[in-house]
Amino acid sequence: MNTSAADLLLWVAVPYICLAVFAVGHVWRYRQDQFGWTSRTSQLLEHRWLRWGSPLFHLGAFMVIGGHVAGLAVPASWTEAAGVDEHTYHTVAVWAGSVAGVAMVTGLGMLCARRLLSRRIRLRTDRSDKVLFPLLSATVLLGITATAAHNVFGAGYDYRSTVSVWFRGLFTLSPEPGAIAGAPLLFQLHALTACLLFAAWPFTRLVHVWSAPVGYLVRPYVVYRRRTAAATASGGRRAV
Amino acid sequence: MPRGEATVGRVMAQIAMVMNLDKCIGCHTCSVTCKQTWTNRTGVEYAWFNNVETKPGVGYPRRYEDQEQWKGGWMLDKRGRLVLRSGGRVKRLLSLFSNPDLPSLEDYYEPVTYDYDNLISAPAGPDMPVARPRSVLTGKPTEITWGANWEDGLGGAPQNAGADPNLSGEWAEKVRFEFEQTFLFHLPRLCEHCLNPACVSACPSGAMYKRVEDGIVLVDQDKCRGWRMCVTACPYKKVYVNHATGKAEKCTFCFPRIEAGQPTVCSETCVGRLRYLGLLLYDADRVGEAAATPDEKDLLDAQRNVFLDPFDPEVVAAARESGIPEDWLDAARRSPVYALVSKYKVALPLHPEYRTLPMVWYVPPLSPVLDAVDAAGGDQDDPDHVFAAVTRLRIPLEYLAELFTAGDTDVVGGVLMKLTALRSYMRERTLGEEGDEAVVKAVGLTGQEAEDLHRLLAVAKYEDRYVVPAAHKEDAAALSAMENRCPVETADEPGAGDGRRVMLGIPTLRRRTTDTPAGGHP
Repeated sequence: MNTSAADLLLWVAVPYICLAVFAVGHVWRYRQDQFGWTSRTSQLLEHRWLRWGSPLFHLGAFMVIGGHVAGLAVPASWTEAAGVDEHTYHTVAVWAGSVAGVAMVTGLGMLCARRLLSRRIRLRTDRSDKVLFPLLSATVLLGITATAAHNVFGAGYDYRSTVSVWFRGLFTLSPEPGAIAGAPLLFQLHALTACLLFAAWPFTRLVHVWSAPVGYLVRPYVVYRRRTAAATASGGRRAV
Repeated sequence: MPRGEATVGRVMAQIAMVMNLDKCIGCHTCSVTCKQTWTNRTGVEYAWFNNVETKPGVGYPRRYEDQEQWKGGWMLDKRGRLVLRSGGRVKRLLSLFSNPDLPSLEDYYEPVTYDYDNLISAPAGPDMPVARPRSVLTGKPTEITWGANWEDGLGGAPQNAGADPNLSGEWAEKVRFEFEQTFLFHLPRLCEHCLNPACVSACPSGAMYKRVEDGIVLVDQDKCRGWRMCVTACPYKKVYVNHATGKAEKCTFCFPRIEAGQPTVCSETCVGRLRYLGLLLYDADRVGEAAATPDEKDLLDAQRNVFLDPFDPEVVAAARESGIPEDWLDAARRSPVYALVSKYKVALPLHPEYRTLPMVWYVPPLSPVLDAVDAAGGDQDDPDHVFAAVTRLRIPLEYLAELFTAGDTDVVGGVLMKLTALRSYMRERTLGEEGDEAVVKAVGLTGQEAEDLHRLLAVAKYEDRYVVPAAHKEDAAALSAMENRCPVETADEPGAGDGRRVMLGIPTLRRRTTDTPAGGHP
């Protein structure tokens, strides 16, 4: 398969650079900036939009992420081997994907709205947020538009034989830029903004994703710490 | 409930506080010095680690004592197990995205600054220039409609104070009805540094912890991820969200000072000298059991039973085994807090029914009772009149009981009688009379004990009120107060580029390290 220089750049170089930034950036941030590693909650300042927007966005995002794992990482041959035929997969993907997508878009819309409309929140929006919110919105909107245009209202586009192949190729270190080069523009743009989102990830509040406190489920309630242990753990300045 | 033959478990020491409310004049010096020390920064303008409330009143944040609404503290579930009122572990994780029980900024107040510049830069004109208030959050002119001590001295009480969550029950009608002859007292509040802290238990990240050595409850700023469950879980609403950093902050009990053997800033600067600091030894293995005591009214005794007698040889042996140093044991024996809480039993915890086993206790105020005796035409120097008043008064005994004894008026009444007897006895002694020891015997004190308690409550000197053992030198590497340089300075001073220093009053969202530029970004 012939691949142009542009295809190599867009579908091999850019993804790998973004993934490298993603990985190195996280290591750097985690070591350098524990203090900044937070969800940066703004509920104190505005809670009416957040009350609905945040749960809608987060729960929608969980479903969307799950859908992407199923659609991108799992080859069609595996799902068929598991007894799920193409029609069933497609139906489930479109319906569940639509519900998740609408929840996520609505939630993100509300979160963006409060960030723009509430002066308190707008003034506390820092540089990383000004990158993150447009980038995340672009990725989500392109994704749901691509799905709507091609798979809900359109004739149907089997991204599992193109985009997914390219995606898996990146991780098996046998990149196949040609697989995505022929995909519709919306899918391509969605893939590119997603790459940029991963590159920006470690430098934004998205890092709080990795701190999801599942350990809390099994921890004893009261935490005791020795003064000496606390000091060595975080280098002197500890607590307020 | 005597300790019985139960052996002493893990002994821990806690630096605790007692406040004698009769002496509080509501000057707010503690609040102001605390604010200047800890919360004069962007993001915590609205936060007062120490605040002084007028009671009756709705408090700060508004109606924080209404746990039906705010879900703070612990409760017993149907099977008698101790659970957080804000819900179990799974429910907590599900409410991470939006915490339904978090007070909004309006429940505290909107912080403001003033257009001071207008005072000097306004053009000449017929009118005096004024400094108008501006919201710190939006920069826009704003109206000041509430504050941390808005109700000071019962300001606005006819409109607001009826919403005080402690004014429940039939007797409360009388409080509202007779506001012309109302009562008030001041209640300074800070973090309780509880034995069974709900905030620590609710922290999903494990960023909050109770120090083993001195029981101070702290937030590890590097581990806090801004899940804000601690704010809801604390029934006293003494954990705050820094809206600039998105992290929790709270009263530190001035740990750098405590480690150096000095009292907290609020204690040091207390004009009325009403604060006492000292050690309490407690049995860490009995904390959970005490917090789960079935009847709320038994919680006070249950908590006192967790405290250990530092004069008991068995306790001393167990404490040594648990690694408590000798000078700390000595400090525990000299502790004014132990004397007021366990020996004389005149101090009471604030809202024991929250089941957090709080460690800032209060000597309830006698003054509202004495005012009522006067109002009824009695003689407040005559203990018989006061005793009669204490037992007969429906107000404010019930009110004090709501605050300090989970509604048990007998306990509060007993403490007030003890204080009245002490007052009467010492008055006679001071006037050169023999003093009727039967008066103090009736409340369980010997003449000598009465003299000692009087001394502790009335004339105790600095070193009697604050018995704070310094942290141990072998831990010196860990001591922030022992650092050989000031970790805090202003930008103009030389050496400000040194990365270990922190700028005060400047919005710093990122901690600076040696290779990052100064200042951070707002």
